[in-house]
Amino acid sequence: MSRVTETIRAAEANGRGVLVGYLPAGFPSVDETVEALVALAEGGADIIELGIPYSDPVMDGLVIQQATNRALENGFRVRNVFDIIRAVTARVDAPILVMTYWNPVVQYGIERFAADLAAAGGAGLITPDLIPDEATEWIAASDAHGLDRVFLAAPSSTDERLQATVRLSRGFVYAVSTMGITGAREDLDAAARTLVDRLRAVGAETVCVGVGISTAEQVRDVCGYADGAIVGSLLVKTLDSDGVDGVRSVTQSLVTGTQHLKP
Amino acid sequence: MSLREETGPYFGEFGGRFVPESLIKALDELDAAYRAAKDDPTFQAELTELHRSYTGRPSILTEVPRFAALAGGARIILKREDLNHTGSHKINNVLGQALLAKRLGKTRLIAETGAGQHGVATATAAALFGMECVVYMGEVDTERQALNVARMNLLGATVVPVTHGSRTLKDAINEAMRDWVTNVDSTHYLLGTVAGPHPFPVMVRDFHSVIGNEAREQLLKSEGRLPTAVVACVGGGSNAIGIFHAFLDDDVRIVGFEAAGDGIDTPRHAATLERGRPGVLHGAKTYVLQDEDGQTIESHSISAGLDYPGVGPEHAWLRDSGRAEYLGITDDEAMQALLSLSRTEGIIPAIETAHALAGALQLAASMSPDDIILINLSGRGDKDMETAGRYFGFLKDGR
Repeated sequence: MSRVTETIRAAEANGRGVLVGYLPAGFPSVDETVEALVALAEGGADIIELGIPYSDPVMDGLVIQQATNRALENGFRVRNVFDIIRAVTARVDAPILVMTYWNPVVQYGIERFAADLAAAGGAGLITPDLIPDEATEWIAASDAHGLDRVFLAAPSSTDERLQATVRLSRGFVYAVSTMGITGAREDLDAAARTLVDRLRAVGAETVCVGVGISTAEQVRDVCGYADGAIVGSLLVKTLDSDGVDGVRSVTQSLVTGTQHLKP
Repeated sequence: MSLREETGPYFGEFGGRFVPESLIKALDELDAAYRAAKDDPTFQAELTELHRSYTGRPSILTEVPRFAALAGGARIILKREDLNHTGSHKINNVLGQALLAKRLGKTRLIAETGAGQHGVATATAAALFGMECVVYMGEVDTERQALNVARMNLLGATVVPVTHGSRTLKDAINEAMRDWVTNVDSTHYLLGTVAGPHPFPVMVRDFHSVIGNEAREQLLKSEGRLPTAVVACVGGGSNAIGIFHAFLDDDVRIVGFEAAGDGIDTPRHAATLERGRPGVLHGAKTYVLQDEDGQTIESHSISAGLDYPGVGPEHAWLRDSGRAEYLGITDDEAMQALLSLSRTEGIIPAIETAHALAGALQLAASMSPDDIILINLSGRGDKDMETAGRYFGFLKDGR
């Protein structure tokens, strides 16, 4: 079984959902990313989502755009992501999923990327602009190297598409909470709950909800119906303003929301 | 097999839909609506009538002997898309997509623009159909095309300067896609070129294919023959595919001219097909100017409309198959051609179009007087007066 799925199952056995925390690689530097990810895991995040900075991030809001731009300006290279994964997995147990737009993987070589990711100890990929329809090569490479494939599901997806997404995903399905891009929102769309229900109805076993989540309250709400909550922009903003210790304390606060409320 | 029959989503290995899942429903709806409209005589009649009574189609052919004499070879004939309402070929696609958006019940049009021609055309269609309009434009472009920003405002559109990334066309497309992901229920993204995810490359090509279809028929009628070569400038590639498409199955040489900026062997150019590699950008697999890691490299051209590090996937396919050739024209060569056409024929072309004119002169020099080069004169130069005035030193007082 995938380590990500195992992590979700273990949390469930303890009456919890999982907290998935996102930070971009190389922001503000490769070394600081390692420290921030360790703090994220020590603060209580169950799964780490490590973003590869990309010049044209169409799914991201301003906070993540600015951070990834800075990483690129500071000389981030795609291969650095494997060094970060090695350094972090040597210190903490949380599995690491890499979030990447598709072109950097295409240029690195899909098979070569999968091999290097597996060798570094990475768990798999979250692919915001790769739909299952276009993923033939990635499906083969991830099978060959035992990597997770986290595809996105949107409130606008048809049942037929949700079914294909569930069948081809491994680890979990990423339910996009709302029609929009990343960034904190005060009100989480009711659409998220409906989408998770629809994913369950077509056979999804593990579903995490992302986009717009930034408070322990929202994490609690999401963990009431999904297997986990994904937080990104808030952590990026915190790392920028309050450094590694800030990431640790914000994570500690967010993780309080993962406990299922027993009726 | 006919090269004209390709309907996507792939052109050889190029094309596809590399976009967030949130957009797939809208792309599927658009694809279905477009295929229905394509076969619907009512839709086609409505579009044809709009083009007759509003755009001013068919556009004429103009032979330019004094300009051709500069090369001293082939005859040169222009397809005058500059005479269309709003001053460029862009209106062909905009009216088609706006009619489709109306059919889909959308009330809001968004668009990206580089030079401003597509933004102006979209703002025009929004005014005509009573729709809300938001145009995304790189901050750099809003400065070098300030007059077009004023035109869009005059037409009732909101122009949003894009202040991140390289602040040019590519970032305007990113921002428009983000808007579309967020507002897809009410909004149609009226993409202005033959790039982007399927069905845009096919649909935009079909709406512009009127250019080549008319020109082919007009030439057969006036000259009794096909041209030796058909040429156009290529940024994203919409005007080029518009005139190329009718000739793909003919024994006609097809040449696209890219912006070579300071020169294709310098770091400052937009010669995607000559200096790029296959990759994924803005939802399609195509040629991309990119570094080793796949990060998009900023392009450079004196012409905002060609200043784009990607290109339509059908051009990538035509290049790799060898059916079309793509060559670079520098900023200086283009500006010289702009001056030449203005002074020999009294026609001021857009700087984008001037790349095709410069390229045609190079081709014509090695041809004979029996040969004919057909150029898509894709746009007029009014919008470029500030850039041209500064380039040639006609504007004083530090402007």
